[in-house]
Amino acid sequence: MMNRLHPALRRILPQLITLVVVLGCNVLVFPDFFKIEMSNGRLYGSIIDILNRGAPVALLAIGMTLVIATKGIDLSVGAVMAICGAVAAAAVAGGSDVATAVVLALCAGIVCGLWNGFLVAVLNIQPIVATLILMVAGRGVAQLITEGVILTFTNEGLIFLGSGSLMALPMPFLIWLGFGVMTAIVVRKTALGLLIEAVGINLRASTLSGVRGNVLIVAVYAISGLCAATAGIIVAADIKGADANNAGLWLELDAILAVVIGGTSLLGGRFTLAGSLIGAMIIQSINTGILLSGFPPEFNLIIKAFIILVILIIQSPIVQSVLFAMRMPPDLSNDDAEPVEGGSARDRDASAQKEGMAP
Amino acid sequence: MISILEENMFLKLTLAGAALLASVALPATAVNAQTIGFSQIGSESGWRAAETTLTRQQAKDRGIDLKFADAQQKQENQIKALRSFIAQGVDAILLAPVVATGWDQVLEEAKEAEIPVILLDRTVDAPDSLYMTAVTSDLVHEGRVAGEWLAAEVAGKDCKIVELQGTTGSSPAIDRKNGFEQGIADHSNLSIIRSQTGDFTRTKGKEVMESFLKAENGGKDICALYAHNDDMAVGAIQAIKEAGLKPGSDILVVSIDAVPDIFLAMAAGEANATVELTPNMAGPAFDVLEAFAKDGTLPPKWIQTESRLYTAADDPMAVYELKKSLGY
Repeated sequence: MMNRLHPALRRILPQLITLVVVLGCNVLVFPDFFKIEMSNGRLYGSIIDILNRGAPVALLAIGMTLVIATKGIDLSVGAVMAICGAVAAAAVAGGSDVATAVVLALCAGIVCGLWNGFLVAVLNIQPIVATLILMVAGRGVAQLITEGVILTFTNEGLIFLGSGSLMALPMPFLIWLGFGVMTAIVVRKTALGLLIEAVGINLRASTLSGVRGNVLIVAVYAISGLCAATAGIIVAADIKGADANNAGLWLELDAILAVVIGGTSLLGGRFTLAGSLIGAMIIQSINTGILLSGFPPEFNLIIKAFIILVILIIQSPIVQSVLFAMRMPPDLSNDDAEPVEGGSARDRDASAQKEGMAP
Repeated sequence: MISILEENMFLKLTLAGAALLASVALPATAVNAQTIGFSQIGSESGWRAAETTLTRQQAKDRGIDLKFADAQQKQENQIKALRSFIAQGVDAILLAPVVATGWDQVLEEAKEAEIPVILLDRTVDAPDSLYMTAVTSDLVHEGRVAGEWLAAEVAGKDCKIVELQGTTGSSPAIDRKNGFEQGIADHSNLSIIRSQTGDFTRTKGKEVMESFLKAENGGKDICALYAHNDDMAVGAIQAIKEAGLKPGSDILVVSIDAVPDIFLAMAAGEANATVELTPNMAGPAFDVLEAFAKDGTLPPKWIQTESRLYTAADDPMAVYELKKSLGY
C-alpha cells in the first residue's frame, strides 16, 4: 500500500494521520467542529479558525524549517514579529500608505535576519546563542518603536491583511499558504533545497565542493526574518494595534515544535516544508480544540503537553520501527534516494530534544 | 528631650513652612510645601505612565517638590533611590515596589530617619510598622462592581455570561473572577457558561472569543461578556463584530481597567461598562501626608482607591481625551 503513494506524500503521511486524529478528538469534545457556514461573505467555522489562527506559527515554521535544515535555530522570530508589527503600525500611524508600511516592516524583518545570519555565518557564533541576543533585545526595540503603548491604527488596508478575506477565505491563511507554496517551489524546483541540506550535513565539505555555505546560511536567516515580519504584520493587523509586549510571545517555541512534529530533524541536513506546515496546523488544532472543549483554563497546558507527548512518542524511532515491522513485509525496497534509513540515530537525538520543548 | 525634638522635627518643619507661607499670603493649598521622593517602578505599561503623570500633576497642584526616580524595573535601583531620598532628608517617600520582598532593611532606615513611607499600587512583605500606609485598589471589589453593574443592567432577565480570564494563576485573574462571582451571586438569572484565559492580551482575547462564539450557537446564546481587562475586551469586540453580531447590544461587554481604547469602543456603542483601576494613587497618599502634617493624624494601614464604574453615560470621548493626555 505504501509503495503506491507518491514519495513526498508518504513522507508526511504520519503527520497527516496525526492531524486527522487530533481533528477527530476535537469532534469528540465539540460535535459541531466541522460545521462551516457563510457569514458576512466569508466562510465561518472552527476549521477556518484553525487555518486563520495558525497563520503566525505556520509562517514562522517555514523560515524555521530552512534554518533548522542548515543545522541552525532561530530563537528571535517572536521578537522580530513584535518589531515588524511595531514598524508597520508606526508607519501607518505616521501617515504612510499600506504598501510603504508593509515594505518597511518586511525590510525590518530582513535586516533582523541578516543580523542573525551575520552572527552565525561570519562571526561563527552558535545559532542558539546568536539568535538569543535578538530574542532578548528585540522586544526592547519594539517597545522603543511603540513608545511603550499598544500602538493602534485604523488603516483599512493594513487591517485587511489581518482580518480581511478574499474568495471567502481569511487573508492570513492565504498569505501563509502562498508563502509556503512559493518557498517550496523555490527550494524544491531548484538546487537550493539540496544545497541547504548539504550545508546542514557538513558545512565544510559543501564549501570545499564549491557551495557558498556562508551566503546560504545568511540567506536562510534572512528568509526566517522575512517570515517573522509577515507574521508580525498579520498579528498587528488582526488586533488593529502593535502590542510590543505580547506579539509573538513564545511563538518561537511553537514554531520549532511545528518543525519537529513535521518530521524535520533538529540536526539539520533534511527538511520537509509540508510537514512543518502540517505541524503548525496540528498545534493550532490542539489549541482550538482546548478552547472549544470548555475545560477550565488551568488544564490548557497540561492537555497540550500530553497530546504533544503522545505525538512525539508515536513518532519516536523505536515505536516507528515496531510499527514498521508490523506493517511491512521485509521485501520493502527503498524506491527513492531519500536518506530515510540513515536518519534513525539522528531522529533519536532529535526526539530527545523535542520532548524538552513541549510547552 | 532630644528624642521628643526629633519626633516633632517633621511636624515643626512643616509648621514653620506653613507659617512662612501664610505670612506671604499664598493660597491655602500650598500650605504644606514639602519635598517628597517618589520611587516609580519604571515605564512597564501605559497605566504606569499615567500614574507617573498624575503623581507629578498632583504634586504640582499642591505645591509639593516631587523628586522622581525611575527604577527601570529593578529593586536595587529602588533601594538606591530610597537611600538617596533619606540622605536628602525628604519629608516623605512614595514607593511603588517592583517586588514584594526584600524591603525590611531600607524601610528600617527610613523609619530611623523619621521619614514616612507610603506604598502605592502594590504592597510589600514587611511588618506594617515599617510604612505609614499602602494605597492600593481592591481587585475583588473591582470584579464585584462589574458583576453588580451587569446584574442591574439585565434587570432580572436570563443572561448567559462568557468570561475572559487574565493569566491563569495571577492574582488579578483570581481576585477579579471571585469578585465578579460575588457580584452576581444573588441573581440566579445570571450564569457564567464559559470561562477561559485570554492572558490579558488582545490577540488571545480575540481568539478565545471566536471559540466562545462557535461553541455557543454562533454567539446567539451569549448575553454578556465579562473580561478581566479592557485589552481582552477590545480583542473580543472585534471577534464579535466579525461574527456578524453587535457588541454592546447583542452581547453586553463589561471589563476592568478603564484604559483609553475601551472608551473609544464605548463611544461607538460597542462596549457597555468598565471599572477603573485608577492611576491616581498619589492623590490619596498626598491627602494622608497633609493630614499627618497638620495634626499628626495617622491613616489606616490600607487605603482603598475608588473603583469607579464608567458607562456610555459618562461622555466616553471626553474621558478618552483626558486619559490619552495622561500618557496611557
